[in-house]
Amino acid sequence: MNMFRTALVAGVVAATATIGLSSANAAGEVVHPPEHHWSFSGLFGTYDRAALRRGFEVYKGVCAGCHGLRLVAYRNLMDIGFTEDEVKAIAAQVSVPAEPNADGEIEDRPGIPADRFKSPFANENAARAANGGAYPPDLSLMVKARHNGANYMKALLTGYQEPPADKQVPDGMHYNPYFPGQLIAMAQPLYEDGIEYSDKTKATIKQQAEDVVTFLTWAAQPELEARKRLGVKVILFLLLLTGLLYVVKRRIWADVH
Amino acid sequence: MAQFQKPGWLDNGLVRWVDHRLPIFTFVSHELYEYPTPRNLNYWWNFGSLAGIILVIMIVTGITLAMHYTPHTAMAFDSVERIMRDVNFGWLIRYIHMNGASMFFIIVYIHIFRGLYFGSYKAPREILWILGVVILLLMMATAFMGYVLPWGQMSFWGATVITNLFSAIPLVGDYIVTLLWGGFAVDNPTLARFFSLHYLMPFVIVGVVVMHIWALHVHGSNNPIGIDTKGEQDVIPFHPYYTVKDLFGLGVFLIFFSLFIFFAPDYLGHPDNYIEANPLSTPAHIVPEWYFLPFYAILRAVPANFVGEWATAWMGFIFIEAKLAGVLAMFGSIAVLFVLPWLDRSPVRSSRFRPMYKWFFWIFLIDCIVLGYVGAKPAEGVYIAIGRVATIWYFAHFLVIIPLLAKFEKTKDLPKSISEPVLGGGGGAASAAASKPMEKA
Repeated sequence: MNMFRTALVAGVVAATATIGLSSANAAGEVVHPPEHHWSFSGLFGTYDRAALRRGFEVYKGVCAGCHGLRLVAYRNLMDIGFTEDEVKAIAAQVSVPAEPNADGEIEDRPGIPADRFKSPFANENAARAANGGAYPPDLSLMVKARHNGANYMKALLTGYQEPPADKQVPDGMHYNPYFPGQLIAMAQPLYEDGIEYSDKTKATIKQQAEDVVTFLTWAAQPELEARKRLGVKVILFLLLLTGLLYVVKRRIWADVH
Repeated sequence: MAQFQKPGWLDNGLVRWVDHRLPIFTFVSHELYEYPTPRNLNYWWNFGSLAGIILVIMIVTGITLAMHYTPHTAMAFDSVERIMRDVNFGWLIRYIHMNGASMFFIIVYIHIFRGLYFGSYKAPREILWILGVVILLLMMATAFMGYVLPWGQMSFWGATVITNLFSAIPLVGDYIVTLLWGGFAVDNPTLARFFSLHYLMPFVIVGVVVMHIWALHVHGSNNPIGIDTKGEQDVIPFHPYYTVKDLFGLGVFLIFFSLFIFFAPDYLGHPDNYIEANPLSTPAHIVPEWYFLPFYAILRAVPANFVGEWATAWMGFIFIEAKLAGVLAMFGSIAVLFVLPWLDRSPVRSSRFRPMYKWFFWIFLIDCIVLGYVGAKPAEGVYIAIGRVATIWYFAHFLVIIPLLAKFEKTKDLPKSISEPVLGGGGGAASAAASKPMEKA
């Protein structure tokens, strides 16, 4: 992404584009997150399938207790390598309100692949009541809703540390230099071997953070792979077309020059 | 020498039958095949047709998005995400539309600065220029309302800040704001009317564009030398020369556009707009889209005590007079463009023959970029000072420098005709060399 940005900035018009970047920076009085090379970054980036699957396990085992993923449907998991039977089993673990039955009563039914991920709380008030007044945001778009989203989230998840001596940390808050204001209500969520991966990968904090960020990036941008694939084809086509148009232009203008 | 010929298909029987009743084919022939265009237009003249094409792209993608979008505060955000996730190629259509707005402004700003550099606003093209400024205003209104539709945080708070500006108007201000909102805050009626107007305005733009082109075709394009065409040797027919040149330019532009659509679709946007609108939570910094930043800087530059309070006191109407001054400055920065043809009385159009104006043009361009930079920054510290100096320079450029230059600048001698500098000297030798391989082919 960095090379691409540099190339863009080189353009005349991109002088204005940098203004867009600085506007995004305007909100950040916080420590800049370190850059990480993600499987999905770059012109040809794709999601690492094993990381996606592990990331789902982290989301399900750690995040899902408090954070929803309401824009993603269980069926979407089939796009990243889960089998239909696996998806049916995952969906069936939740129960959701069914259509009114013959008596007009609404009963619960097991989830099906067409359902969206069930949020952990019925509404914002319930979420706040269960979390000491804090509201754990939905994660469906989190990677796109923060500047430099993937790097920021990895830094946040791995950035919990002892506060500096002069920093007062009130009860129920936690110190994290990457969070705006450095005080975050969410307690450190990831621990060494906090979960057990089904593929037996060692579950370090860094590993879990990278996996879950990969999964959440997919959740926010499920079109990313199709987009980049199509983009490469479109650019190649346009380069060829534009080259031909240039030749035609030269020939038509030959008698004027 | 280029030929001005009516196209052969005008002799076709069916074409003649239709043309006798509705002379649409004569029209096409007249405005494309026989339309005389200066032979020396450079690539800066590509941006007019590009603007027309991106307008069509925006209308087509916009109509498609409207088929799937729901203008209701409870559903708008999710309906956009449904487009992104579940509608076939919805992500593509939306990213084209979203980035297309930025592209439209990039193109139009280049088009405007082209006009400023080569003096395209001068007689007899004053009305052509004024129609262009009208298009810019309509574009700004359309883009602003379009940005509200996804109902993200910046949508909501941008709408709140900008609609509140109208409350600065004496006497009727509050009434106008209530009318814009359809209530007493930005809410569902606001979203619904913005959607309706956002769908309407592009067609109004099309109407003004037609008049813009109509006015253009009366006297034809200005050119890099800025002198009038003096006969057949100065002009070439629009088709095929400029149709193919515009198509080549379109190809280059589409590559640039595609880099954003496919590889950096959110680069020009603000991350906060992927958070659903929340009237109870104000973002730390409310920033408009990049293409409004220079005007935003001018808005904030004027009042002394108002600037710091902007983000927090948006609904306080605390500094009414200061706010009115800011709003007047912002609208004044566009209004001054309307009278530019009468501020610049210099008879010479092109900067190529205006050694001093040329320098001030580049300084003015830098000034606008500085304003854009300041507009993106929080209104504090050194940015306030820079913003004020840049704002003063903006107005001084039009109201002081340009009128004075017209009086005192010593312009260079103008060439006798377009064909003289084009064909004379080295140009002829180069064209002879270039045409040789063509003869072999």
